[in-house]
Amino acid sequence: MFNFDFVKPSSIADAVAAMAQTGAQALSGGQTLTPTMKQRLASPSVLVSLTGIAEMKGVCLGADGLSIGGATTHATVAAEAGAYYPALADLAANIGDPMVRNRGTIGGSVANNDPAACYPSAVLASGATVVTNKRKIAADDYFVGMFSTALDEGEFITGVTFPVPEKAAYVKFNQPASRFALTGVFVAKYASGVRVAVTGASNNGVFRWAEAEAALSANFSASAVEGLTVSAADLITDLHGTAAYRANLVKVLTKRAVAGAK
Amino acid sequence: MPKDTGIGASSKRREDVRFLSGKGLYTQDIALAGQTYAVMVRSNVAHGKIKSINTAKAAAMPGVLAVFTGEDFKDVGGNPAGWLINSRDGTPMREPKRPVLAHGKVRHVGDAYAAIVAESYNQAKDAAQQLADDTDIEELPAIIDMKAAVANADNRVHDEIPDNVCFDWGWIEDNRAAVDAAFKSAPHVTTLELVNNRLVPNAMEPRASIGEYNTGTGDYKLTTTSQNPHLTRLLVAAFVLGIPENKLTVVAPDVGGGFGSKIYHYGEEAVVLAAAKKLGRPVRWIAERSESFLSDAHGRDHVTKIEMASTKDGEILAIRTETLANVGAYLSNFSTATPTFLHGTLMAGPYKVPHVYVNVKTVFTNTAPVDAYRGAGRPEATFSIERVVDKMCRELGLDAFEVRRKNLLTPDQFPYTTPVGLVYDTGNYQATLDKAIELGDVAGFESRRAASAAKGKLRGMGLSTWIEACGIAPSHLVGVLGARVGLFDAATVRVNATGNISVMTGAHSHGQGHETVFAQIVADKLGVDESSIEIVHGDTSKIPFGMGSYGSRSLAVCGSAMTKAVDKIIAKGKKIAAHMLEASEGDIVFEAGKFSVAGTDKAKTFGEIAFSAYVPHNYPLETLEPGLEETAFYDPANFTYPAGAYICEVEVDPETGKVDIASFTCADDFGNVMNPMIVEGQVHGGVGQGIGQALLENTVYDENGQILTASFMDYAMPRADDVPFYTVDHSCATPCTHNPLGAKGCGEAGAIGSPPAVVNAVIDALHRGGHTHVAHIDMPVSPARVWAAING
Ligand SMILES: Cc1cc2nc3c(=O)[nH]c(=O)nc-3n(C[C@H](O)[C@H](O)[C@H](O)COP(=O)(O)OP(=O)(O)OC[C@H]3O[C@@H](n4cnc5c(N)ncnc54)[C@H](O)[C@@H]3O)c2cc1C
Repeated sequence: MFNFDFVKPSSIADAVAAMAQTGAQALSGGQTLTPTMKQRLASPSVLVSLTGIAEMKGVCLGADGLSIGGATTHATVAAEAGAYYPALADLAANIGDPMVRNRGTIGGSVANNDPAACYPSAVLASGATVVTNKRKIAADDYFVGMFSTALDEGEFITGVTFPVPEKAAYVKFNQPASRFALTGVFVAKYASGVRVAVTGASNNGVFRWAEAEAALSANFSASAVEGLTVSAADLITDLHGTAAYRANLVKVLTKRAVAGAK
Repeated sequence: MPKDTGIGASSKRREDVRFLSGKGLYTQDIALAGQTYAVMVRSNVAHGKIKSINTAKAAAMPGVLAVFTGEDFKDVGGNPAGWLINSRDGTPMREPKRPVLAHGKVRHVGDAYAAIVAESYNQAKDAAQQLADDTDIEELPAIIDMKAAVANADNRVHDEIPDNVCFDWGWIEDNRAAVDAAFKSAPHVTTLELVNNRLVPNAMEPRASIGEYNTGTGDYKLTTTSQNPHLTRLLVAAFVLGIPENKLTVVAPDVGGGFGSKIYHYGEEAVVLAAAKKLGRPVRWIAERSESFLSDAHGRDHVTKIEMASTKDGEILAIRTETLANVGAYLSNFSTATPTFLHGTLMAGPYKVPHVYVNVKTVFTNTAPVDAYRGAGRPEATFSIERVVDKMCRELGLDAFEVRRKNLLTPDQFPYTTPVGLVYDTGNYQATLDKAIELGDVAGFESRRAASAAKGKLRGMGLSTWIEACGIAPSHLVGVLGARVGLFDAATVRVNATGNISVMTGAHSHGQGHETVFAQIVADKLGVDESSIEIVHGDTSKIPFGMGSYGSRSLAVCGSAMTKAVDKIIAKGKKIAAHMLEASEGDIVFEAGKFSVAGTDKAKTFGEIAFSAYVPHNYPLETLEPGLEETAFYDPANFTYPAGAYICEVEVDPETGKVDIASFTCADDFGNVMNPMIVEGQVHGGVGQGIGQALLENTVYDENGQILTASFMDYAMPRADDVPFYTVDHSCATPCTHNPLGAKGCGEAGAIGSPPAVVNAVIDALHRGGHTHVAHIDMPVSPARVWAAING
């Protein structure tokens, strides 16, 4: 690890000022960033910790839906979101291990946009709004590819607001080693229709499965996706599974998510 | 009634108190005044010619104290292979020098070609990066695939070895014609090609070494993560650096697991010693986890074709195998023994099979060295045999249990000389098979299968009847087979004046529980309290010259030495007692901690005798030395042959290919058991590793020799929820006939017997589910592979 300065602001305004320094980088749970720094693959000159900002923490139901502060840990979401959005609490409860959940945050996860991460599928399937220190970004505009997002330099996530669905479920098939999603599917049913978001499978990061959304909006049952096929064209082939295998998982997990939605 | 102390009691592991409360003392925990930090500079290409290394900039960086390259060690000895294997044509194996630091060429990703020593770890890391930038390596084509390596004479891992073959071994060559003839006339031949997947040992504690040099006395000290401090001392002092052994102390303090990978001497140990001498300061090197993936000796990595000749009703007539065994870029210390004498000699399994021939070609590749890993050769043999037996049953429509029963040796056939050079002393393979069938509730399988089917899951059951040779090893025998070391062990029992006892053992505990079990044995034999015994191990300045722990040898070999030393203590005690009790020595009996005159109530306690030995006022000084301390060396007369039957049940999700272990039953024969709880723990751990190999673990190099599984993000280790609650039994014991404890060893059994049981169960599940086209799936049987097999 290289040397760096460390600041821990207690307000969003102070964090904005700290992030304006050259070489500044946001630090939340550090579950992704710290190992990267230890491997000398990242060398920020200033780390701006966002976990001391009270206004960026917590779970609260409002008019627009369920708002979760950007610095809220997975463990807190698992413990507190269940009453409003059980599928989301469930997702958080199955990220990593207790240490990861006690430190890792939703803001860090959504900012990092790992193609195998869980949260991006919930954000996209819920049509959530990513709230930053500068603006609000609709989920459909936010994820722009593997590890890349609509966030500007120095911009950080202060929270995410999820419209609460009638029913939803997240089904994750673990990559055997990392236990990130080899493929994960989030299905959310709203009065306006069904949204299906897939993580772990695509070379372009999280994506919506439009055919399944149409079929399920017409008939919310596992059998509705039975006749659909998933193209393996843009899907990932790696040590843990081929594109064809992932295409199969997309369909199988979608059916299971529909069957298990609550 | 289970005993609550001594031999056979489940005494609680005394070492766990310090391990579980964070009070263990591992190499990394040792902080020395004036210590410096070493970092290795490792190749990031698999194969390359070192054209130049410019050390000037790195050496001038802040805090940098020394820079070493291969050039600095080119005149010292190589790290040797411990076994000389001859090829079928009688020529000796090719043995390229394994240098301390790569010189001239780098031969695998992670091959260390330089080392930096600095005042701080970060300064050493900075300089290592600089040195890497200032090194010019011309990349050469990587030799990764074994078949290609053997076929291509133009591209060589070692320039002097044209076809990358270390040796081409035939076992037993003289039997080959008879075996071939048996195949020609056989009613049925089953053929299976399989891969025994390469594993990274992944001990919890990565390797670490601290070198010290005393400028006043010229003494060296190496504190290192070793399973065998004397062996390491021999290798680094006598073979590599040329330090007299009596000027080097090797200490292996608490060591967090080894599984084989810490048997061997590694170049870093020589670097820290040489650097300590140069600087006159302690030099510490602590591996990062990624360095473990890159540079620890890996395990397994065989590609095998096995053929089994049989009658139509499943009587095994002959076995023939051809194996390519990867040794990686250099010969690690046991690497030539593992695929040969720890593998080929087991290829008859527990069966009465008249004809067996084994051919093994070991191949150099641009990958990390491969050596013994928990089980070492025997898991590879067991997997090949148990998979091909299963395939034979399927091809002939026979019952897997019955075919095994038909072929297993029977108790009246011992001692049994196998066609591959071993003499099994004793066993009862039917008993363990019956026990496994009972405990695994084979009779109730059908209803469990139906219950699984109702959930959409395919259930299958797999069997493995396994045997291994351990308690390594009779020196005379292994000497004939090419070993360059003896494989005895040693123990010293020192009774102190006040009657408490220190036992110094050549065996080294890196998690096994020796401190508990050895104390139980000595306590039992001497009739004293376990708590009055301390076990001392891991320090060459304190212990007798022993060969360390691996090959399930600690109890069978070192425990036997300890037993002999205790016998000498008792014999001397009798002499002292005879004098004190004014009786003749022949009339003294020793029982329950008391020396007494037979048929009288005249007696001296063990404590009184010990005291008299050190305060010899009333003592036969004319004929007997004072003191009560004895050392014994023990060289086993034969290997020991634990054996057993394992039954695994799995549930397969046909939509995703995911395999869950539903149950795992082990019926083992370990001979006499000293501590049932520890034995069960060893089986749990071994089976856990076997399930890891069968379902999860794999080491993958791409065609350029980059290792794709260099972290736990991609290398899948088994976790608690990947393994079931095991059913473990060791009641079908046939005591070893040739060691004083009747013990056979249990450390590797689980890892040896379990992988074929798991894979057989998966194939069974698929067949029962109608996917009868699936003849085999290579390990790890991952979800993606199972799905592909179903849909293939
Ligand atoms: C062992 C292990 C297992 C894991 N398993 C899973 C899993 O199963 N599923 C899963 O989804 N994830 C998993 N993760 C990842 C985990 O969820 C991380 O917490 C997450 O990826 C990053 O969150 P963090 O708060 O730790 O971010 P950090 O590591 O602190 O930061 C990550 C990146 O985001 C940036 N950043 C941080 N906060 C913000 C912010 N508020 N706004 C803008 N940028 C920000 C940082 O600068 C950095 O670039 C696992 C991680 C580990 C170590």
